[in-house]
Amino acid sequence: MDDPLSLLFLVAAATLRTATPLILCAMGGLFSERSGIIDVGLEGKMLMAAFFAGAVAATTHSAWWGVAAAVAAAEALALLHGLACITYRGNQVVSGVALNIIAAGLTVVWGTAWFARGGQTPALEGSERLLPLFFPRAGDNILVYAALLSVPLTWWIVTRTRFGLRLRAVGEMPLAVDSAGISVTWLRYRAVLLCGLFSGLAGAYIAIAQNAGFSRDMTAGQGFIALAAVIFGKWRPFPAFGACLMFGLLDAVAIRLQGVKVPGVGEVPVQLIQSLPYLLTMFLLAGFIGRAVAPRAIGVPYEKEH
Amino acid sequence: MTLSRRPLPAWADIVLLPLVNIALAFVTVGIIVRIIGVDPFHALSLLVVGAVGSPESIGYTLYYATNFIFTGLAVAVAFHGGLFNIGGEGQAYLGGLGCGLAILALDRYLPAWLMIPVGIAAAALFGAAWAAVPAWLQAWRGSHIVITTIMFNFVAAALMVYLMVNVLIAPGSMTPQSRGFAPSAFLPQMGGNALNLSLLLALACCVAVWVFLWHTPWGYALRTMGHNPEAAVYAGTNLRHMTMLAMCLSGALAGFVGVNELMGVHHRIVLDFPAGYGFAGIAVALMGRNHPLGIALAALLFGALQQGGAELAFDIPQITRETVVLIQGLVILFSGALVQLPRPWLQALFAFRRP
Repeated sequence: MDDPLSLLFLVAAATLRTATPLILCAMGGLFSERSGIIDVGLEGKMLMAAFFAGAVAATTHSAWWGVAAAVAAAEALALLHGLACITYRGNQVVSGVALNIIAAGLTVVWGTAWFARGGQTPALEGSERLLPLFFPRAGDNILVYAALLSVPLTWWIVTRTRFGLRLRAVGEMPLAVDSAGISVTWLRYRAVLLCGLFSGLAGAYIAIAQNAGFSRDMTAGQGFIALAAVIFGKWRPFPAFGACLMFGLLDAVAIRLQGVKVPGVGEVPVQLIQSLPYLLTMFLLAGFIGRAVAPRAIGVPYEKEH
Repeated sequence: MTLSRRPLPAWADIVLLPLVNIALAFVTVGIIVRIIGVDPFHALSLLVVGAVGSPESIGYTLYYATNFIFTGLAVAVAFHGGLFNIGGEGQAYLGGLGCGLAILALDRYLPAWLMIPVGIAAAALFGAAWAAVPAWLQAWRGSHIVITTIMFNFVAAALMVYLMVNVLIAPGSMTPQSRGFAPSAFLPQMGGNALNLSLLLALACCVAVWVFLWHTPWGYALRTMGHNPEAAVYAGTNLRHMTMLAMCLSGALAGFVGVNELMGVHHRIVLDFPAGYGFAGIAVALMGRNHPLGIALAALLFGALQQGGAELAFDIPQITRETVVLIQGLVILFSGALVQLPRPWLQALFAFRRP
């Protein structure tokens, strides 16, 4: 346990475990944001997905139905976000905040009515969970590999396909896309739905792979850390992936450093390490570390001229 | 979809449309409650009795409403300047910290008539300071205030946990809370339960915000910045200073939640007292259409929901207090993001009435 190699393995595995939902969620957020739709509702989608994953897996005794339900739940919220932001040209931040609060309320309301355990779902075991594939100690279930694959996939879609080109264009200058005869609405809806898919997987991972069941508010701000990672990665897949790994590592280190005195520094408050993702992102946004430039049309509803 | 078919009459736009939006939110909650297996009308009657059925419940309703007024005004002041302050939660938290620190430092020396104003001022100062950082980052460094205020909520929560667990915890206490305040820092109660003088402070803030926004040159400049920043620059407004002013006022207002909670009720610094009031302030401001009078009314409704919802959860075990959170979220959705949803319906209705 104490030799450096196994310690390294443990820290790396812990990093990957905590980074997985961040990576999936960040890739989802990236699609949405590159199309010009701000998504502060990642947290809500992930929470709703986690709840339905836990609830359906417990009811059907199948992890796969849990994953399917998670994706469906996240897609439902994604469609609501699309309806508000794309069809009705509402304020995208307001819509995202609303989804977060709705998810925080609905998961507990529904969970209490369904299972009568104060918002928790029953503990899952065996085939109700997604179990590690190769290394039992590392927790490498299928969604971890899905997260690792999602990064090159997102990169390929965004930079190498026609859809990706149009997606980037619609986030920068929707008018140009519209005048080329391509539907801005449909493009943005597809981006929002992709975001739902990925954040649904992230939620499922949290409830039925990383943990054994849903508990209230279990996403605990990870959706916002994923959003921070998107910004920190300057809206590009691989840098965002790097940011997720870094934030995951910080979390893994924070747990290990609890109560440990670092030579020369003394005890590092865990809370400081936990707030580093937010602080670092703020530093970046302030232009102190490079420059983060958002897609130009982000947050602006597209109004077609008649 | 043609939104600009025929404009609605002004009264329909100002009164009818928001009412339809709120009705949609409540109908949705009713459907969800029905799905859970509870009769929504029975739940509603229990809720109303729980909120206004006795002098004691009215007191609690007003006490909750006080918090909603503060955070609703906080969102509204920033919003009039075109700034979206989602950081009310963190600003309320830090406001409480400021108020608590001032009291812990001075409550042995100052009499009540001096201690209470100092506590209130410290809450405003700390709330404003916590909002000033995102404001400064937006005004001078161009970072987006929505993102920075969200991030600062988390930083505030982490900071408070650290301070409460490691620094401010009362000696010998097992739970992370500070020592109790001396009675000189207790806000006088109104009617025997949680309701305290903060309600008067909240109402004074409503009037002050109204005067500030519509009857002072700064309020005028602030609203101009919100409507059209270029016009504001042309009129000689310094957008940076205006951004700072709007956000500091907003943060100070949110910080007063700490006054109501800590000086009014808990009488010590505790964790998690903002309990979602900061986010609910967005719903209150949207529902009150960013006007102090509307905000006071919306806050009253949300206070009643909070108190009635707690009683309801007590009476019917299938329903939890989080039903109220759900209603807040749906109000934000329907009267914020989906505000235009019923417009075509109303337009069709009016076109039908007057062909």
